Amino acid sequence: MTQGPAADRGPLFFRDRDWHPPAYTPGYKTSMTRAPFRPLVAMGSTLSEETGPAFGQSMIGRLDNNLILNFTGQPAIGERIIMHGRVLDETGRGVPGVLVEIWQANAGGRYRHRKDGYAAPLDPNFGGCGRTLTAQDGSYEFLTVRPGAYPWPNRVNDWRPMHIHVSVFGSGFAQRLITQMYFEADPLIARCPIVNTIGTAKAIESLVAPLDMNRAIPMDCLAYKFDIVLRGRRQSVFENRPEGM
Amino acid sequence: MQRLDYLKETPSQTAGPYVHIGLTPNKLGNAGIYPQDLGESPIGPGALGDHITITGTVQDGAGMILRDALIESWQADAAGIYPGNDPRGPADPAVTGWARIIADFDSGEWTLRTVKPGRVPYPDGRLMAPHVALWIVARGINLGLQTRIYFEDEDNDSCPVLARIEPRERLRTLIARRTGPGAYRFDIRLQGADETVFFDM
Ligand SMILES: [Fe+3]
Repeated sequence: MTQGPAADRGPLFFRDRDWHPPAYTPGYKTSMTRAPFRPLVAMGSTLSEETGPAFGQSMIGRLDNNLILNFTGQPAIGERIIMHGRVLDETGRGVPGVLVEIWQANAGGRYRHRKDGYAAPLDPNFGGCGRTLTAQDGSYEFLTVRPGAYPWPNRVNDWRPMHIHVSVFGSGFAQRLITQMYFEADPLIARCPIVNTIGTAKAIESLVAPLDMNRAIPMDCLAYKFDIVLRGRRQSVFENRPEGM
Repeated sequence: MQRLDYLKETPSQTAGPYVHIGLTPNKLGNAGIYPQDLGESPIGPGALGDHITITGTVQDGAGMILRDALIESWQADAAGIYPGNDPRGPADPAVTGWARIIADFDSGEWTLRTVKPGRVPYPDGRLMAPHVALWIVARGINLGLQTRIYFEDEDNDSCPVLARIEPRERLRTLIARRTGPGAYRFDIRLQGADETVFFDM
C-alpha cells in the first residue's frame, strides 16, 4: 500500500444509516423482496472490517480510465466528458491508492449486456467500463462519453437519469461502496425511484456532479466533478486495545 | 460554537442489474477491455493451510435464487493475518485475501475456492472464530450487505462476534455446512424465515 502507516488503521466511523437509502424502498420494486427485514447486528469494526485488499498500479492498464478508447481503440460516439474528483474520507483526508471502477450505458442509453434490450443501438466502440487508482491526494479522472437516459421496468414509464455507476474501495473492507453519479440539471433525477430511495435532498445532492468548466478542455470535452467520501477512521492514542494490535 | 466539519459518507445506490459490465466484464463476455477480471482468486499457488471450496446461492424473500448477485469476500490467511494493512505484520505472500464472486448466470450458484482462514483477534484481544467476510450487492439491494461465513467444524462458541447474535437460533445462518472433505455449503437468504444475519460493523 502507498498509504501512511496510521491513516489506514483504526476503527471505522459508524455508518449513518439514515443518510444511506434504507433496504426496503417500495418505490423501487425490486428492493421489496431483496431487503432484509430483521435488524442488522450492530457493533464496532474489527480487523476484518478495518483491513482490506490492496491494489497496485501494475494491475491497471494505460487506457483503463479512457472509456472512449479502451474497447477497440477507435473512439466511442457521444458527448465527450471528463469525470474527475477526489476520494476523501469523512475527516476530509484524500485517500490515495484506492481502486475506483465505473460502468455506464453508451451515449444512447444502451448497456453492453446480454439483458439490455433497449431500442438504442450498441456502439461498436464502447465497452462501458473503466478503472483507475487514486493519486497521492486522492484524485482520479476518467475520460468517457455522457451516458444517455434509459427506460426501465418499474412503474409504467420510469426512466433512469443519466448516470455513471461508481465502485470504490477504501483501505478497509467495510468502507466498500457502490453508488451512482448523476449530472447537474437533469430533470429525470427528481423523478427517479432509485435516486429517491435516498431519504434526504442533501444526500441526493451529494450524488449530483456539477459541470466544471475549469477542467473542461476547449474544443475537446466538458468536465463534471464528483467527489466520493468513504467512512472515516478513529485515530486515538486512547483506543482501548491491547498492545500490538 | 465551532462546527464539526466531518464530511458525510457518499450515499450508496444499488449496483443494479448491469454490475458485471463494470466489475467482471470478462465473465460477462465483454472481453477486450481488461486482460482479466480482478479478484479471480483470494489465493495464489502455494498458499498455506487447508484448501477449501465454499458453494452457495443467494435467495430473495420470494424464494427466487438471484442470478445477478455479486459477492466480494475478504479473509485472513491460515495463520489469521490479513494481507495488506494488518498492523500485526505480513501475511502469507500467496494469499491476497480478496475475491470477487458472481452467481452463475443460469443456476445462480457461486463458488469460492480458498484456504480456511485462521483466528483473528477481536479489538479486546479475544479470538474470533475463523470466518470469511462477505459483501453482497445486486439489483434491488440499496446498500451492500455485510455478512460472514463461519464453519461448522470449528469452535464457534467463544467467538465474541457470534456471541452478540440474538435470537441464538439465527446463528446457524452464518455457519457453512460441511458437505465433504474441504467442501462447504453456505446459502444466503436476503429475507424471510431463514434470513441470514447481516451486520452493521
Ligand atoms: Fe444504470
